[in-house]
Amino acid sequence: MKPISFSLNGVQRKLTLDDTRMLLWVLRDDLGLTGTKFGCGEAVCSACTVLLDNQAVRACVTPMSAVNGKRVVTIEGLAHDERLHPVQEAFVKHLGFQCGYCTSGMIMGAHALLLRNAKPTRAQIIEEMEPHLCRCGAHVRIVQAIESASAAMAGGAS
Amino acid sequence: MKNESDLLEASEGMGFVQTMDRREFLKLTSLGLLVMCAIDPLLGMAGHLSAEAAPAAPDFNAFLHIGADGRVTCFVGKIEMGQGIVTALPQLAAEELGVPLSSVDIVMGDTDLCPTDQGTYGSLSVRMFGPTLRAAAAEAREVLVQMAAERLQLPVAGLDVRDGVVVSKTDRTKHVSYGELTAGKRIERRLEGQAVLKSVGAFTIMGKSAPRRDARDKVTGKAKYAGDIAPSGALHARILRPPSHGATFVRADTSAAEAVPGVRVVREGDLIAVLHPHRDEATRALALVKATYSPSPSTLTHETIFEHLQKVAPEGRETGSHGSLADGEKSASQVVEQTYLKGYVAHAPMETHSAVAMVENGKVTVWAGTQTPFPLKAQIARALNLAPENVRVITPYVGGGFGGKSASMQGIEAARLAMATGKPVRVVWGREEEFFFDTFDPAAVFKIRAGLDAAKRIVFWDNVVIGAGERGSALFYDVPNHRTVVRGGWSGNSGDMHPFAVGPWRAPGANANVFARESHIDAMAAKAGLDPVEFRMRNLTDARMHRVLEAAAKRFGWSPKPAPSGRGFGVACGIDAGAYVATMAEVKVDKGTGEVRVVRVVCAQDMGIVVNPEGAAQQMEGCITMGLGYTLAEEVRFKDGVVLDRNFDTYDLPRFSAVPRIETVILDSPDLAPQGGGEPAIITTGAVVANAVFDAVGARVAQLPMTPARVKGAMKG
Repeated sequence: MKPISFSLNGVQRKLTLDDTRMLLWVLRDDLGLTGTKFGCGEAVCSACTVLLDNQAVRACVTPMSAVNGKRVVTIEGLAHDERLHPVQEAFVKHLGFQCGYCTSGMIMGAHALLLRNAKPTRAQIIEEMEPHLCRCGAHVRIVQAIESASAAMAGGAS
Repeated sequence: MKNESDLLEASEGMGFVQTMDRREFLKLTSLGLLVMCAIDPLLGMAGHLSAEAAPAAPDFNAFLHIGADGRVTCFVGKIEMGQGIVTALPQLAAEELGVPLSSVDIVMGDTDLCPTDQGTYGSLSVRMFGPTLRAAAAEAREVLVQMAAERLQLPVAGLDVRDGVVVSKTDRTKHVSYGELTAGKRIERRLEGQAVLKSVGAFTIMGKSAPRRDARDKVTGKAKYAGDIAPSGALHARILRPPSHGATFVRADTSAAEAVPGVRVVREGDLIAVLHPHRDEATRALALVKATYSPSPSTLTHETIFEHLQKVAPEGRETGSHGSLADGEKSASQVVEQTYLKGYVAHAPMETHSAVAMVENGKVTVWAGTQTPFPLKAQIARALNLAPENVRVITPYVGGGFGGKSASMQGIEAARLAMATGKPVRVVWGREEEFFFDTFDPAAVFKIRAGLDAAKRIVFWDNVVIGAGERGSALFYDVPNHRTVVRGGWSGNSGDMHPFAVGPWRAPGANANVFARESHIDAMAAKAGLDPVEFRMRNLTDARMHRVLEAAAKRFGWSPKPAPSGRGFGVACGIDAGAYVATMAEVKVDKGTGEVRVVRVVCAQDMGIVVNPEGAAQQMEGCITMGLGYTLAEEVRFKDGVVLDRNFDTYDLPRFSAVPRIETVILDSPDLAPQGGGEPAIITTGAVVANAVFDAVGARVAQLPMTPARVKGAMKG
């Protein structure tokens, strides 16, 4: 058991736990944040994508030891005061989801990309999102949503 | 312990009440107008209803309720797994009731509150259940208009309904709202099915794209799936699994797992589970269990399976025939013969099978990611030896189903473990369990022999379908002499055909059947030296099929040329769930590697009246994208009962880079009732790509998936 301290969606958290445990299950089971989904357990589907110091990581293979002293943002941390983040808004507008199970990971992956590169090309979007699996086949609309979010965040028309 | 409504309070999105406890339900329905369903109409609508799905509490089989606040609540036994009926079904109700869509709430998949339903599959929700829901809404409208007539002292014929208000046609000052009519009363009506449904011309809500009700929940992470339900004190269970199909349990030493602090072990017959409040810690403890199994007797592999199927498949039955094959052979000048193969395909929904069970006062409540809440309820009652009324299944959002969540063993496991421990138990299958226990889309073999006469008309067609069942095998081409024999269906395991479970997979059987038929039709068009669209048109008179083919050709910009033209253009068509589909594709084939890249797909569909055009287009796009998986890459590999593909590192789903430009064309078809929308567009994917590959390189790939090696193999001849 080790003390781990990190920022979670802007709030400082201190936990004492086995720091080899994975962030995904600490979020879901210990902290009740179930928006981050389990899909594969081996970082091969990206459903559990969250931001760690603004980088997209797969929470299912991120041990708590790697989280210590860092900033974690999950899907629950994107909207503020009921106002959706532009990436979330774009996913709603373009219907970039069906069953919704991969959606949290998709949005966090897209958000990480746009933080790094506000104006990605379509090819860059596809490259970034390639590890994200969606079984319903919402891909076309997800790409449109990310392009639209990029435009909206740049202040242009979405 | 928190009550159910607390558990889900965060998840109640716009108009989708994910769960309502019994107290809330009784309070809601104590006043207002309640349209109840008799079970008979449902039976008639949905075909046979299995005995195990029989209703336990008919007094709660309500279809819809209208309260004093004018809000409408629909209760439907269907579930939402991404297909969008959480939006489309309220559209039907709002249309017939004459209320704004925003005033309609929906409760889905709750066995205590919703009418009995056999399951959400087969593209039946809008096509078969839709008319019943519309009838209930129309019935409610008639009752309310009648009440308004009495209240306003006006004849029924002189009244109109606008946005939930009954208004005099001649004097707009005379009006009364639904809420005012139902206030302070409790009115019950049995659904008689006599009310007249609105005609297409009168639609104001159906036929228009409505915003998806699940959108906000899903983009904020608030949408709850079964695995997200966490009653306080709940334990995660990880269950001991055999290493292979056919392996039998010998013994297990659980002492090391039991020694881990906080871990509980349950051993109950064939069920050995390790439980802990944290899933990852339960998983680690399960790894400490030393189990011995005897090996599987199966010696089959994904390569030998096709020989095996032909050997052991039942004799079969003729599902269609006309004329005489011998006569056809005599008039044929050219014969085309080919065997087509397709491997096993996994459902691979992103959400693995998940369930949470809680026992309180002798009653079990199970939240399950399932397509069949009512049959699951019956199975749980049987497994636990409980009266059906003591089992409640609640279905939150389902993270993809595609047929694979028709089987819901995880719900029974959670219920058994909750009973055994006295604690709420969460069962979330790992991905390896998902691949192991999946009811795969079966491998199939097709042997087709067909002939052309000198006029390039198909004169005979002889098709033996092994393992794919009947769906999609019917011949809609005008062939004077034909026979289709089906040996073994897509469900069950007749004659020990399969080494593991098989079951319904999005448009079950049709994907394989259409691949074989439409590949063969294309091969005949090439033999005839005719453009493949023209060849189809010449050999069929079905006007609806002509229309979708023409619509697809127009959007695609198809110019006639016999294949192989080198352009990489393909066409395929089919009928599924009452809908007609014609798909065209453009592919690029890397002749060096055999890799196929689909560049563009155009899909035209006649699905009758469309309830939500944007939702329908989403389904078509999803079908095409998902279909590229079984077409190009997905095949479950196995050996000696061991499923070799256990995760997405080796079992590759279609990814962003593989998705082509997709254009959907939905035909205006106002004279036909709404047909299926969730499955039809997937059936043509295999054939349209195979035909485009032939057009590109002149090689016929007769096995799905068309891996680069198989494409190269076909090119070598």
